[in-house]
Amino acid sequence: MRLPSSRHLGLAVLAAVLVLLPLALPGTYALDVLTNVGIAAIVCVGLNLLIGYAGQISLGHAGFFGIGAYASAILVTNEGWPPLLAMLAGMALSGLLAFAVARPILALRGHYLAMATLGLGIIVSIVLSQEVELTGGPDGMPVDPFTVAGLELTGPLAWYATVAVSLLAVTWLSLNLVDSPIGRALRAVHGAEIAARVCGVDTTAYKVMVFVLSAVIASYAGSLYAHFAGWLTPDEAGFLRSIQFVTMVVLGGMASTFGAIVGAALLTALPQFLTVFHDYEHVLLGAVMMATMIFLPRGLVPTLATRCARSGG
Amino acid sequence: MSATFVQFLLAGLTVGAIYALIALGFSLIYNASHLINFAQGEFVMLGGLATVFVFAAGVPLPLAALLAILAAAAVGVALYLFGVAPARGATAVGLIIVTIGASILLKGLAGVVFDRNFHGLPPISGEEPLRILGATLAPQSLWIFGVTAAVALALWLFFTRTLQGKAMLAAAFNPLAAELVGVDPRRVVLVSFALAGALGALAGVLVTPLAPTHFQVGTMLGLKGFAAAIVGGLGSGPGAMVGGLVVGLAESLAAGYLSSAYKDAIAFVIILLVLVLRPSGLFGAKTIERV
Repeated sequence: MRLPSSRHLGLAVLAAVLVLLPLALPGTYALDVLTNVGIAAIVCVGLNLLIGYAGQISLGHAGFFGIGAYASAILVTNEGWPPLLAMLAGMALSGLLAFAVARPILALRGHYLAMATLGLGIIVSIVLSQEVELTGGPDGMPVDPFTVAGLELTGPLAWYATVAVSLLAVTWLSLNLVDSPIGRALRAVHGAEIAARVCGVDTTAYKVMVFVLSAVIASYAGSLYAHFAGWLTPDEAGFLRSIQFVTMVVLGGMASTFGAIVGAALLTALPQFLTVFHDYEHVLLGAVMMATMIFLPRGLVPTLATRCARSGG
Repeated sequence: MSATFVQFLLAGLTVGAIYALIALGFSLIYNASHLINFAQGEFVMLGGLATVFVFAAGVPLPLAALLAILAAAAVGVALYLFGVAPARGATAVGLIIVTIGASILLKGLAGVVFDRNFHGLPPISGEEPLRILGATLAPQSLWIFGVTAAVALALWLFFTRTLQGKAMLAAAFNPLAAELVGVDPRRVVLVSFALAGALGALAGVLVTPLAPTHFQVGTMLGLKGFAAAIVGGLGSGPGAMVGGLVVGLAESLAAGYLSSAYKDAIAFVIILLVLVLRPSGLFGAKTIERV
């Protein structure tokens, strides 16, 4: 039984960590890494709702991340839209696409769903690299800075603060959703889909809702990333990026919102410290993925939480 | 029939036969363990690259190819013993992650052990193209058709005429019942991984003279082979063959008549259509789930 207070406690701890981190790790470089961690974490908190709570795998979420990023890049840089409006347009487009494909795809299960989302993600990344006129193709395109009402979002600390506040908001949304009747319905879908349906849970509607929500969140993070990085390539929407998002969720711990954040932090920050092993980056990523599933099938945070609870009680 | 159309057909059948070999590997492993092996494409890459490097070291081409195929079969067995088997407790999502991890690991190792350049191989019987109805056909394509057909025949004989093959079918159909009559399920899965590795490597050896290989070539080839397996119906041998040819032909015709830039997207559009319209594939049995 999850007490409401534990939800607020977790959120408070996250907020404290987010405030203390830039004090503990000062410097532009560390702040940039932390901002990248935050952006990945936003995607993972949304993806965890789908993978961890609804039990549906998506191997194509970088596609939605890419749609958001390129919507911002194209509409702001080429068309001169206000960034906030472009970001909303990207989220609407991602949401609509997710909704359009979700109903037929989410009737599928397991491997077939993995395959369908994979296909969708790859089609998005191929379109982004082929429409050279619009996106600059594989070489990428520049993105104008993020401005609201004439004020430009600039400097590492301002970016870190924006991303940190966004992450808190998404985490709050996720924790509330999980503890709501919708969250219980989702866990029922995960545990025993047919039993849930027999009990009157409209399983498809819930799965579609979570799929659309996680796509919109990924798109939002993509828009932030585009303005933050200032340069965008189709790799951001590619297969490997989708795999990285899924790995972050699984490494941190499925069905654990804070696990998703920990996973995103580890997989984003780790390569920064392992630049000496640049040639072995793929080898290490692959080995981490396999080792996690073999030794910690439930992921880092849930496994550690169980251990602490055991030794504490 | 115009010469261009024939040309597209021949190109589509050639690449389709390669996809069929890869799809057969997916179906073998799926039947034995209900697992999608996302590392299947890496066997293709390993087969091609290992042949290139062993051949460059002075070993005759047929022997180099054989060594590469055996090596890929060994990698398949290792993947099962050190990756899939220890993760048996993981969920379906977890096992997908394990094979994707293995795929990235193998890709990374290939980049370190071999190198990161493109490599080709000489064709098996010369480069003088044959003329068919105004179109040209590389002799290598004939080898690809012949070898793929021979493999399909050999697998059919193996599964219908030998005890080991029948035992594997039995274990795929009902593992518990098969075990009761003395079939070792572990052995069945091991043989499947070895066969899938060998088939993937064979596809890599055959395709490298036509399309240069590279340490990252496995991802796309593997995904298209998977698409072929889904189109034909996962787990169905004839389905894998037909699925491979369908994906290859669709890709070649679409590249020729619609847009060559979107050639790689065709396979995935087909997947989405098949999954929405007929999720069990062209040849797959409709499954009824017991609650």
